[in-house]
Amino acid sequence: MATQDIIARSATTTSASSIRQVEEVAKLIDVSKCIGCKACQVACSEWNDLRDDVGQNHGTYDNPADLTADSWTLMRFTEHENAVGDLEWLIRKDGCMHCAEPGCLKACPSPGAIVQHANGIVDFNQDHCIGCGYCITGCPFNIPRISQKDSKAYKCTLCSDRVSVGLEPACVKTCPTGAITFGTKEDMKHHAEERIVDLKSRGYENAGLYDPAGVGGTHVMYVLHHADKPALYNDLPNDPAVSPMVSLWKGITKPLSLMAMGAAVLAGFFHYVRVGPNRADEEDEAHHEAAVEQVKKKSNDASVKTFDPNQR
Amino acid sequence: MTNTWTDIRNANLILVMGGNAAEAHPCGFKWVTEAKAHNKARLIVVDPRYTRTASVSDYYAPIRTGSDIAFLGGLINYLIANDKIQHEYVRNYTDVSFIVNEGFTFEDGLFSGYNAEKRTYSDKSTWSYEKGADGFAKVDPTLEHPRCVFQLMKKHYSRYTPEVASNICGMPQDRMLKIWEEIAETSQPGKTMTILYALGWTQHSIGAQIIRTAAMVQLLLGNIGLPGGGVNALRGHSNIQGLTDLGLLSNLLPGYMTLAGDAEQDFNAYIAKRALKPLRPGQMSYWQNYGKFHVSLMKAWYADVATAENNWCYDYLPKLDVPGAGYDVLKMFDMMSRGEVRGYFCQGFNPIASLPDKNRVVAAMAKLKWLVIMDPLATETSEFWRNAGEFNNVDTASIQTEVFRLPTTCFAEEDGSLVNSSRWLQWHWKGAEAPGEARTDVAIMSELFLMLRERYRNEGGVYPDPILSLNWPYKIAHEPSPEELAKEFNGYAVKDVTDATGAVVAKAGQQLSGFAQLKDDGSTASGCWIFCGSWTEQGNQMARRDNSDPYGVGQNLGWAWAWPMNRRILYNRASADPSGKPWGPDKKLVWWNGKNWGGADVPDFKPDSAPEAGMNPFIMNPEGVARFFAVDKMAEGPFPEHYEPFETPIGVNPMHPKNDKVISSPVARVLPTVWESFGKADKFPYAATTYRLTEHFHFWTKHCRLNAIIQPEQFVEIGEVLAQEKGIAAGDKVRVSSKRGYIVAVAVVTKRIKPLQVNGQTVHQIGIPLHWGFSGLTRHGYLTNTLVPFVGDGNTQTPESKSFLVNVEKA
Repeated sequence: MATQDIIARSATTTSASSIRQVEEVAKLIDVSKCIGCKACQVACSEWNDLRDDVGQNHGTYDNPADLTADSWTLMRFTEHENAVGDLEWLIRKDGCMHCAEPGCLKACPSPGAIVQHANGIVDFNQDHCIGCGYCITGCPFNIPRISQKDSKAYKCTLCSDRVSVGLEPACVKTCPTGAITFGTKEDMKHHAEERIVDLKSRGYENAGLYDPAGVGGTHVMYVLHHADKPALYNDLPNDPAVSPMVSLWKGITKPLSLMAMGAAVLAGFFHYVRVGPNRADEEDEAHHEAAVEQVKKKSNDASVKTFDPNQR
Repeated sequence: MTNTWTDIRNANLILVMGGNAAEAHPCGFKWVTEAKAHNKARLIVVDPRYTRTASVSDYYAPIRTGSDIAFLGGLINYLIANDKIQHEYVRNYTDVSFIVNEGFTFEDGLFSGYNAEKRTYSDKSTWSYEKGADGFAKVDPTLEHPRCVFQLMKKHYSRYTPEVASNICGMPQDRMLKIWEEIAETSQPGKTMTILYALGWTQHSIGAQIIRTAAMVQLLLGNIGLPGGGVNALRGHSNIQGLTDLGLLSNLLPGYMTLAGDAEQDFNAYIAKRALKPLRPGQMSYWQNYGKFHVSLMKAWYADVATAENNWCYDYLPKLDVPGAGYDVLKMFDMMSRGEVRGYFCQGFNPIASLPDKNRVVAAMAKLKWLVIMDPLATETSEFWRNAGEFNNVDTASIQTEVFRLPTTCFAEEDGSLVNSSRWLQWHWKGAEAPGEARTDVAIMSELFLMLRERYRNEGGVYPDPILSLNWPYKIAHEPSPEELAKEFNGYAVKDVTDATGAVVAKAGQQLSGFAQLKDDGSTASGCWIFCGSWTEQGNQMARRDNSDPYGVGQNLGWAWAWPMNRRILYNRASADPSGKPWGPDKKLVWWNGKNWGGADVPDFKPDSAPEAGMNPFIMNPEGVARFFAVDKMAEGPFPEHYEPFETPIGVNPMHPKNDKVISSPVARVLPTVWESFGKADKFPYAATTYRLTEHFHFWTKHCRLNAIIQPEQFVEIGEVLAQEKGIAAGDKVRVSSKRGYIVAVAVVTKRIKPLQVNGQTVHQIGIPLHWGFSGLTRHGYLTNTLVPFVGDGNTQTPESKSFLVNVEKA
C-alpha cells in the first residue's frame, strides 16, 4: 500500500512522496508535572500488546530496569540535590524521541526497515529489519532494542497506528496529570512556553524546552526545570547528535562501503563454494549478545543508580 | 472530603500531609496539577519521605512519623500569636466565644476526669459548656472570658512553640516556619488552602486527633466551606466511603446513625439522646430530625411490621454490649485468638495481609471452625493455612479450620453505584461477564439469608422475629437487583406524604425526592437517609453524566449525585460572610440574593433563612458553629494533644517528660497480650512507616501481569546515611524486624529519607511498602503487616500502621 506520507526511508535513494499537506506532530512531556506513576508504561504495553518479563527490583523505582524490545517506554528516576541543598526527584519518561534527523534511519542498511513519516514519526518496519543493531549505534538516545524472540529492532512508534486515524498516543491518553500532551509541533511549543513561564515564576530560572537542534529537533519534546542541564535527567544528552561514524557511513564512504560489501559478498560466495558454510564463533555470539542486552552505562554520580542485569 | 475532587483546582495553596496523593490517587491528583497550572496554586508537602507528591511540590519538609499534632499544634500557636486568623469567620462561625465549664482542666498531659485504671476518661462531664438559665450555652463575644474556648485553646497551644514543635517533629525550624508563614497567608478572606490527607493521618493511635487539629487550623484560617478549602480525606478504596455511609461498622446504622447500647432499652430515650436540641438560639441542629431518619430506616427494613405501637421494631435491633467502636476488627480477631469466634465470613477482605501483626492474625484464624471467603481473587487469607515457606511458615497439619471459597464478581462485572471520596454516588455499568462460577455478593448473601430464614421458619429458634419479619420485596428473591436496592436506599412514600400545609408531596409508592420529606409517623421508608435524593421520581440521579460547570468553579452539579442533597461542598453557607456575600471575588459559591440562598452549589443550609435571622453554617452541630472544643466527642479530650506512637524512638513524650503515663495515648485500647508485643528503641531503633505505591492497588494488582512488571519485587526504603552506617547498598537484601516478626526485602537506598534530629537524638526512618505476599504474579514476598503493632486509634481502632519500631540488618 502506498502511504504517500513517507518522507524518508532507510538505505533508499528514490525521492520521497511530497504531495500531501501533513502537519508535523509532537508529544510534549512536561517533566515538572510527571509523578512517575508509570500509567504510560502500562498503556503502552496494553495498546501494543507487549508483555515484558516480571523482573526484579534493583534498588530503585525504575521498573523494568531498562528499555527492552517489550518495554518501549519507562520512567527514569534521578535524585538530585540542587545548589541550595534541596532535594529534587527528577522523573523522566524515556523512549524514542522521533528525531527530525533520525540517526537510526541514517545508520540502517536495510532498505525500508526504518521510515520517517511526513508528520515526523520515525517508525520501524520489522518486515525489512535484518537485526544488525546499527540503529542502536546510530541513535544518540540509546533507544532501540533487539528482540530475543525474533532478532528484530523495536522501539516506540509514537502510536503511528493511532495517530494515523486521528487518535493521540496511548501514553498521552492515559496520563492522569496531563504531563504528556500531543498535538502539532507548533501547538506543543506554544503549550511549552506557557509551562516555562509558570516554572520560571516558581523559581526555576533555567526552565526550558528540550528540542535539540543536533538532531534537527525532535517530535518528542520535554519541558525541563533545568533545561540548561539535561544530563541531570538520568543522562538525557546535553547536545545529542548523530554519531560521526554514521554520518561518514552515509556520506563519502557509503559508495565505497557498498563496493566493499559487494566484494565481501562475492568473497563469501567463493569462500562457501571453496570451503563450505561458515560457523559462528564465540566472539561473534558475544557481540550479538551485547546488542541484545543493551545496558546503558551510567555515570558514577551516587544519585544515579547503576545496575547490570548480567551481574545478578 | 468536605469539598470535592474537582474543587481542588480552586485552591490557592495545597497542603498534602498524612497522605501521598500523587502516589495513591494519581487520577484525582490531576486537580492539583490543574490548580498549579491555572490558579497559580502552590503545593506544600510534609511527609517522612520525599514522595512522588513532593517531586512536583513547590516546597517540602520532612517530619517524624506520628508527630503531626506537634506540627499542627505549633501552627495553631503561630496563627494565634501572629494574629493570622480570619477574624470575622472565627468569631461568627466557630465556638470561640462559648464558655466552658469550670471543672475543666488539663494537667500533666491529662484532661479532667481520667481513670488511670481503666485507661479511659470515665467522667467527661467537665468537657462541656456552661449553660444559662435559658438552657443555651453561655458565650462571651469579647473572647476575654478566661474560660471561653478561644482563651483555653490559646493557652493549650501556647506550649507548642516553634522550638518545641521542631524538637518533636525533627523538622528543621526554618523549614517549619517557612511553611507556617505560607499557610498563614490563607487567613486572608479571599484565599484558601486545601488539606489533602489519607491513611498517613488515620493510621495512628492518635489519628482522629491529628485530623481534628487540621480542622482547627482550617477553621482559624476561615478555610472550611469555601471553594478550594476544606479538610479532605482521600479514601483508600473506591467504595470505602460507601461502606461507612451505609453503616457497615458494628456500632453504626446507615447514614451515620448509631446503634443503641445495652443500657438504651427505651426507644424514646434512644431517639431523644440523638435528636439534639440547639445549644444557641435560632440554630438548625439538623440531627433534631434523627427520629425521622430512624423510623424511615425501620420502615424500609420491616415495612408493615414496624408500627408506632412496637416502637418501629426497636427491639429487633441488637444493642451493643461494648463501648466505643464496638466489635472492631482488632477486637474480633482478639476474640478469635481466644477461641470465642466459631466462624467468620470474610467478604472482600484480606485480613492476614491488611490487619496488623500477621502472625497473631494467622494464629487467631487457626482457632476458627470455619471460614468463608467471598472474593474475586485467591487471597492470602483464603490460603492462610498453606505453608508458603519463609513467607508463611505455618504448620498446615495443625490447622483444622474448614475454608470455603465463594468466588464473587468484581466491581467491573456488575451494575451498581460506588461512592467516591467526594461523596459522589456514581452509577456504573457492567463491563464484562464474570468468569467461571463467580456470583455477585448480593446473590450470595441473599441466598444465604433465604436459607437461614427457611430454617428458622421450619425449625424455630431463639427470637427468630427479626429475621422472619425482614422486608424482602425483591422481584427475584435470591438476587435483588442493584436498581431495587438503590431505590430502597433512596426511600419511597409508604402512604401519601404531605408537607406542612397538608399538600401531598409524594403519593404512596412514589420515590422520595429528598430527606426533608422523611417522617417519623411511618409514612416514609428510606434505607439510608443521606442517600435520599439519589433515585427520585425523575430517575437514577447517580447515572447523570453532565459535566457542565455553569459558574466555572468546578462544582459540576449534573455529574452523578453527591450526598447530602447533591451538595458538593459541605458547610458552604460559610463561603459567604455573615451578611451573605462571598468572602472573595473568586470564591463565590453560594450567597444570599435577597430572597434565598443559591449559586454554584446546592446550599448546605436552610434555603430561605435570611442572614439577619442569625442561623449559622454548621447546621449539623447543635451549636450552629464549628467546634474547636470537641466537648465529649473524642476519647482523648476536647483539644488534641501530642502523644508518641506506642512504639516511640525517643521513649518519652517531650511535652510531658515527667509523666510516663502519657508517653503514648492514655486512652487507646491495648488488648491483653499486646503490651508485651511492643518493642523498644534499644532493640528496634528505627521509626518505620508503611504505605502503598502507585503501581499497585493494595493486594489485588499483584495478580495482574502488567502491574507485576512495573513493580515486581518487595523493597524497603532506607536513607543513604543509615545505609552507609549499615553497609547496605542499593539492591542488597535486608532483613527488617519488629518485636512481632520480620520481612526480607530489597533495599532501595535513597536521598529521599533523611535522618532527623529529635529530642536531642538522631532518628532514622524506614519506609516499607506493603503490596507483596505469597500469592500472585509478582515475585513472592512477605506480608508487610507482619511488622505492624496490634493497636489502634483511641476512637476508631484504626491500626497504628504508620508509626512503629524496627531494626534493619543486611540479610
